[in-house]
Amino acid sequence: MHIPDGFLSAPVAVATGAVAVAAIAVAVKATNKKMGEKQVPMMGVLAAFIFAAQMLNFPVAGGTSGHFVGAALAAILLGPWATVLIMSSVLVVQSLIFQDGGLLALGANITNMGIVAGFSSYYIYKGIGALFKHSKAGTLVGAGTGAWFSVVLASLACAAELSISGTSPWALTIAAMGGVHMLIGVGEGLITVAVLSLIMATRADLLKLQVA
Amino acid sequence: MKSKWWIIGLSIALLLAVLSPLASKFPDGLDRFAEDHNFVDKAGGPAFTVIPDYAFPGIDNEAAATIIAGLLGTIVLFGLVFGLASMLKSKHEA
Repeated sequence: MHIPDGFLSAPVAVATGAVAVAAIAVAVKATNKKMGEKQVPMMGVLAAFIFAAQMLNFPVAGGTSGHFVGAALAAILLGPWATVLIMSSVLVVQSLIFQDGGLLALGANITNMGIVAGFSSYYIYKGIGALFKHSKAGTLVGAGTGAWFSVVLASLACAAELSISGTSPWALTIAAMGGVHMLIGVGEGLITVAVLSLIMATRADLLKLQVA
Repeated sequence: MKSKWWIIGLSIALLLAVLSPLASKFPDGLDRFAEDHNFVDKAGGPAFTVIPDYAFPGIDNEAAATIIAGLLGTIVLFGLVFGLASMLKSKHEA
């Protein structure tokens, strides 16, 4: 879902850039208080894992592929503000070193895959977890559902940016982007639940590192 | 702490990078949409390239070039974000 340069109008690029810069500034302040001995390597490992997992596109329907985003996993493990920092780092490296995602579209990509995906999954996960009284099953259902929504909502944010930019009409972008990402989101949900299950079974203490 | 859990986590990430040549070559959701609706040409080429398309330049073997690019990016991100988090940690301890 990495937007290249050329798809966005200047106002959309500037506005999303401002949103991303503001979110990163808040994230730095919000996360530093609880950043501790275990959170530091978790931040690094999540960034590394998300980068590597994003390379592994999986086929969905009709000659289209999707890839893991990872914001939901990060938000569940460390909280949404830490996720903004992790996803921004991944997206900056992908754009600067690997030419994946445009430099001028960086703000939009951070907005979609960092902020929208991270916060939406976090609150859906929290809400469903509370509904199931934080049982193990409830945690996993919340994680899978949150992960699915994170991809679908990020794709809708991306669709909105393309339409506001005049690149493609609203009805088309919303239907096409939302539709295919409803399938890709299933992959996101499965991977997120698998990783969380592994952590639960081996090191359940690592599920309690939320910084912000 | 008995085992360094994060070394296991990082090893899993590096293993995924090694498996990256197995990734589907189909365009992703956004690229496919852009192709189907004829605006893919609007994408401007990058101003500069370092390791474009996740293939380390100058290596003929496509899988090897992808694996090296993937391992490099995985290590860079671990180091960068570990360092960033360490700075945030020391900020409140100072």
